[in-house]
Amino acid sequence: MAPNLPPKAPLEHSQSVAGSPAAHEEEHHYRSGPLRWLLTTNHKEIGTLYLIFSLSMFLIGGVMALVVRLELFQPGLQMVQPEFFNQMTTMHGLIMVFGAVMPAFVGLANWMVPLQIGAPDMALPRLNNFSFWLLPIAFTLLLATLLMPGGGPNFGWTFYAPLSTTYAPPSTTFFIFALHMAGISSILGAINIIATILNLRAPGMRLMDMTLFVWTWLITAFLLIAVMPVLAGVITMMLLDINFGTSFFNAAGGGDPVLFQHLFWFFGHPEVYIMILPAFGIVSVIVPTFARKRLFGYASMVYATASIAILSFLVWAHHMFAVGLPLVAELFFMYTTMLIAVPTGVKVFNWITTLFRGSITFETPMLFALAFIVLFTIGGFSGLMLAIAPADFQYHDTYFVVAHFHYVLVPGAVFSIMAAVYYWLPKWTGHYPDERIGRWHFWLSVIGVNLLFFPMHFAGLAGMPRRIPDYALQFADFNMASSIGGFLFGFSQLLFVWVIVKCVRGGAKAPAKAWEGASDLEWTLPSPAPLHTFETPPDLRGFKFH
Amino acid sequence: MSGGSYYVPASSKWPILAGLAVGLFMIGTGILLVFDTGLVLVPIGVVAIVAVMALWFRDVIKESRSGLYDDQMDRSFRWGMAWFIFSEVMFFLAFFGALFYVRVFALPWLDGEGAKGVSALLWPDFAASWPLMSPPDSNVAGPKEVVNPWQLPLVNTLFLVTSSITLTLSHEALKEGHRDTTRNCLILTLVLGVLFVCVQGFEYYEAYHHLGITLQAGIYGSTFFLLTGFHGAHVTIGAIILGVMLWRIQKGHFSEHNHFGFEAAAWYWHFVDVVWIGLFIFVYVF
Amino acid sequence: MRKMLVLAALMASVTGLSRAARAAGWNMPVGVTEVSRDVYGLHMVIFWICVIIGVIVFGIMFYSLFRYRRSKGAQAAHFHEHTTVEVFWTAIPLLILVAMAIPATATLKDMYDASEAELDVMVTGHQWRWHYHYMGEDITFFSNLDTPREQIDGTAEKGENYLLEVDQPLVLPVGRKVRLLMTSSDVIHSWWVPDLAVKKDAVPGFVNEAWTRIDEPGIYRGQCAELCGKDHAFMPVVVQAMEQEAFDTWLAERKQEAAAAASGVDREWKLEELVERGEKVYGSICASCHQADGQGTPPTFPALAGNQAMMDDLDWHIDVVVNGVSGSAMAAFSGTLNPVDLAAVITYERNAWGNETGDVVQPAEIQALIDP
Ligand code: HEA
Ligand code: HEA
Ligand code: HEC
Ligand code: CUA
Ligand SMILES: [Cu+2]
Repeated sequence: MAPNLPPKAPLEHSQSVAGSPAAHEEEHHYRSGPLRWLLTTNHKEIGTLYLIFSLSMFLIGGVMALVVRLELFQPGLQMVQPEFFNQMTTMHGLIMVFGAVMPAFVGLANWMVPLQIGAPDMALPRLNNFSFWLLPIAFTLLLATLLMPGGGPNFGWTFYAPLSTTYAPPSTTFFIFALHMAGISSILGAINIIATILNLRAPGMRLMDMTLFVWTWLITAFLLIAVMPVLAGVITMMLLDINFGTSFFNAAGGGDPVLFQHLFWFFGHPEVYIMILPAFGIVSVIVPTFARKRLFGYASMVYATASIAILSFLVWAHHMFAVGLPLVAELFFMYTTMLIAVPTGVKVFNWITTLFRGSITFETPMLFALAFIVLFTIGGFSGLMLAIAPADFQYHDTYFVVAHFHYVLVPGAVFSIMAAVYYWLPKWTGHYPDERIGRWHFWLSVIGVNLLFFPMHFAGLAGMPRRIPDYALQFADFNMASSIGGFLFGFSQLLFVWVIVKCVRGGAKAPAKAWEGASDLEWTLPSPAPLHTFETPPDLRGFKFH
Repeated sequence: MSGGSYYVPASSKWPILAGLAVGLFMIGTGILLVFDTGLVLVPIGVVAIVAVMALWFRDVIKESRSGLYDDQMDRSFRWGMAWFIFSEVMFFLAFFGALFYVRVFALPWLDGEGAKGVSALLWPDFAASWPLMSPPDSNVAGPKEVVNPWQLPLVNTLFLVTSSITLTLSHEALKEGHRDTTRNCLILTLVLGVLFVCVQGFEYYEAYHHLGITLQAGIYGSTFFLLTGFHGAHVTIGAIILGVMLWRIQKGHFSEHNHFGFEAAAWYWHFVDVVWIGLFIFVYVF
Repeated sequence: MRKMLVLAALMASVTGLSRAARAAGWNMPVGVTEVSRDVYGLHMVIFWICVIIGVIVFGIMFYSLFRYRRSKGAQAAHFHEHTTVEVFWTAIPLLILVAMAIPATATLKDMYDASEAELDVMVTGHQWRWHYHYMGEDITFFSNLDTPREQIDGTAEKGENYLLEVDQPLVLPVGRKVRLLMTSSDVIHSWWVPDLAVKKDAVPGFVNEAWTRIDEPGIYRGQCAELCGKDHAFMPVVVQAMEQEAFDTWLAERKQEAAAAASGVDREWKLEELVERGEKVYGSICASCHQADGQGTPPTFPALAGNQAMMDDLDWHIDVVVNGVSGSAMAAFSGTLNPVDLAAVITYERNAWGNETGDVVQPAEIQALIDP
């Protein structure tokens, strides 16, 4: 036998650019058919799929929240029974976190990361489509659990054992598999994003030339790959406890229910930063655009993001202050948690200094970004209060916590997503979103969201526990206000849907550089961005970055 | 950085079919576990996953062989595989974390030691030990005996470590272009891997039938099977991948410079090997 | 001077505001223990720190937004870096946090020091009621929600302490250090009374320690604070603090009552007597899962009305109630109900809701089962 391997097979195609002629033909073949969206490998189409999926989940999760708010409008049990209430709370949390916010950020990354780094597509386009399609399957399964005997998950989105194992409804096994699929989707999506950012930057773009949106996503993707497997591990242990009689979370066999919480929060805390770091990135590109001034402290923004990510692995037990940790552990986790305020503060200060002596205009994306800065910071302050362990004994598992995390998640993460949508819609569709409806949407949302979540601080301090369908009389006024705010905020989102639909169908034509102060790479492309961009990489030597 | 020839594949039906196959497998398993029927769905799901993967990889191989991939694509694959392995590391880390937590914290507490020692009020007769032969609740039967690390597990350690070496030899040979050596060393690696799985199967049989180590045997049995079981599953998958590599070598797919499929398989195999070392030390020896 | 005055006025109105907020139930209660006052203090300090930082940060932000509007002709400056300020605003928050961590650490250490307690109470969470055991005193009882169903369903006017009232509160003496040992028989619960600043999870299989020393007699109300299933909203905690003498009297009375309640084990009971007593026990303990009408909520909680397996097999029925079903929400009641109650509730179940077995289970039989 020959000592050497045979030579490569002859080339079937010349060293062609993205989409060889044959590939193009095939694509054109699907272009008209309904299969196009199912089989696509294009980062823009997949990005759009993610965004549409996320919006639907936001509405479904929102409707569940409205069921919760309706029941809590008054003391007493009016609308739903406690069993169903618990399922609504749980599903609301799960769907918002895993179905709405995370996929929205992945969708934005799909659309914008290649455009901002001058790449032809994501690094692994087929894997990209696979990551997406796991999600609808996972969430269909998750929603289907509501129809199973015994109902769906009713143990909170944190599903503490043994309520979620020994005492859980039979559908929990399906819940675990649904979460496994969502987790695989996240991991593969994150791998793709990292590979794209590290490997597909156009020639001449160094890491420190990347926009902060790309930077924050690079770090977020790292967090995802580090912690989603831990979630997969802990739900696997649950699966075994439920179906195979193991004792991981059962002291009778030598396990510990608190072990579940350690593993969950080792995932869970970085998870909440997964939901905020890309938001920081978005705000960091929008604010300079509308202040017409370079981002202040680019390098320290990058370092702050990295510090937050690293610290996020060391703070998980601040969710468990009341669970009976040893004193040293309490102290350790209290100190590390407090430290996170420092890099986050750097970010806030940098945004504000970017505004300082700028030339500011207030288009809808900017309005949402500005509201983000204020309201996220308020959420951060309450987070810092929660970090004070002795005081957390009073706050823990009350509506004060609910107020905290909705401030960072709704006018935080969700507002940043809305800002991003308004900001990039011209690039996606070629039309400007309707500014007038956009403003209505913004102001109604801001008023609604504060009326919804601000009173929760008071309810919590006055002693109202979370996850209850009925409450004592002294919490009645707060809850009524919250519920009204909830409906106001919820129904305002119909305006958002309207703006998007309207913008897709037409509207004022946007030029390549849709916003006067915008300077990143995507604004050098025509609006709408054609399906294939940067097929030959742009030479960025000499490009003025940020 | 992009060189201008980055290959972006055309639309493909494999991703969505792969999603459906995974969904089918998981839903099937769920139905089996919860409603105790629908056993057929599980094998159908597995076959579907394997089939779709095969077809998907077939496309990738075809593209690679027709020279559509450039160095940059190669780097994308490398980053992809590297981060995938990192995610696997974290997956096992969760399990090792659970093992350490139980041994260092939970059991001593239940026995009255340490910060939460008052817990012993509930389990007056419990004495912590590792391996845990009698769990706190006397209704939970612990293992009767544990596996002696210096017998089969040691043999298995030797198998895996040797297999890592033979795989490296195979890789070196591939780089030098010695096709026969490449193939022979790879076969040897595969044989060692299969032997490992067989030995582990035998060990499981012994555990269940003679030693009383079962999934239900308290936290010792739980962690034992969790760690060794997932590791064993990874060895099996790794062996299948190596089998595919063997087939590809026979087909003459790899060249001295272009054989990332083989390298990825090797990375995976070495990773699985390293996990075993951890297991051998913390599950069997200490 | 003017500035000072303004500042003083501001301070006064602010403290006035916070006092008003507390009175109206908008703020954390100051509470009735030294620890709760410390916690309240920490809470207010960190709150004001946040407010001050917020005022400064948002002040500058809104100033910039207002002052540097393009519509007013603002031209953008070009600076985008300044190492000194960046170091400055990294260091200042760090110092503030260190200053905050010091008192927090001290309070936390204090909260963790449960040594030298004068009274130990074992608190056990059950779905969905609390169980108290005065250790060394041989007194144990359940504490159930006492709000009538009609108030919850809205068919009756809600009372003042709606959802925060129980049939038997935890009674504690004032001025004495009480150690609370928390555990659970099923899922994780959390025992919380805001006025004591005690919140501690009750974890099944483990015991957590907390302690309190109450300064003033009174009734302090709280709730279970960890999602524990369907009726998590309906397992309040009520603590009644009384002077030492009153407490001693209460202890003595409780002991007598307990003895009386458990008495009669040896005598022969009539069907009607047992059914009557059983109905009460059932209503306060079992109905939360199996429902007052015995229909349960299958598949989670089995129906007992018309439950053929249960009616056919008396021994199994007794075994389930006495020893529970391990790995399910059905707890063993031998440790928490006395033999008379057990016999009564079993008899009741076999003769209620159309279950007409006519069986009578005598307390003596149960007694024999429990300690043979
Ligand atoms: C996007 C999500 C997000 C973000 C960004 C955060 C940010 C923070 N969170 Fe939050 N958190 C959640 C989502 C999030 N959290 C969720 C979902 C839960 C509940 C989970 C559940 O139980 O269901 C939770 C719960 C939670 C708890 C547990 C409470 C309990 O259950 O008892 C704690 C405790 O420490 C905490 C702390 C913090 C802190 C310190 C920050 C910090 O990162 C905030 C830092 C920011 C600032 C401090 C503001 C800006 C800084 C300055 C202007 C500088 C100067 C400031 C000072 C020196 C004061 N969070
Ligand atoms: C990003 C995450 C996210 C977001 C966006 C939200 C958004 C909202 N949340 Fe969310 N919430 C969580 C994450 C989030 N939440 C989490 C993690 C929990 C903890 C869960 C747990 O305890 O386990 C929680 C818990 C939680 C509670 C506490 C429940 C309890 O403890 O029992 C409440 C109570 O008011 C609440 C309310 C709301 C409301 C009113 C909104 C609003 O913003 C929703 C806005 C409403 C809409 C968007 C509806 C729009 C739709 C329509 C108007 C109809 C259109 C109809 C069709 C198209 C069919 N949430
Ligand atoms: C926290 C919920 C809960 C409470 C309180 C409760 N039970 Fe149960 N009970 C259950 C559950 C769950 C089962 C089913 C156990 C199983 O078989 O898995 C059950 C089963 C039973 C059964 C056997 C019926 C059958 O078909 O399996 C009887 C009898 C019973 N309970 C009686 C009682 C009595 C008497 C009380 C009160 C003293 C009581 N239960 C209190 C949850 C509860
Ligand atoms: Cu018990 Cu909540
Ligand atoms: Cu956290």
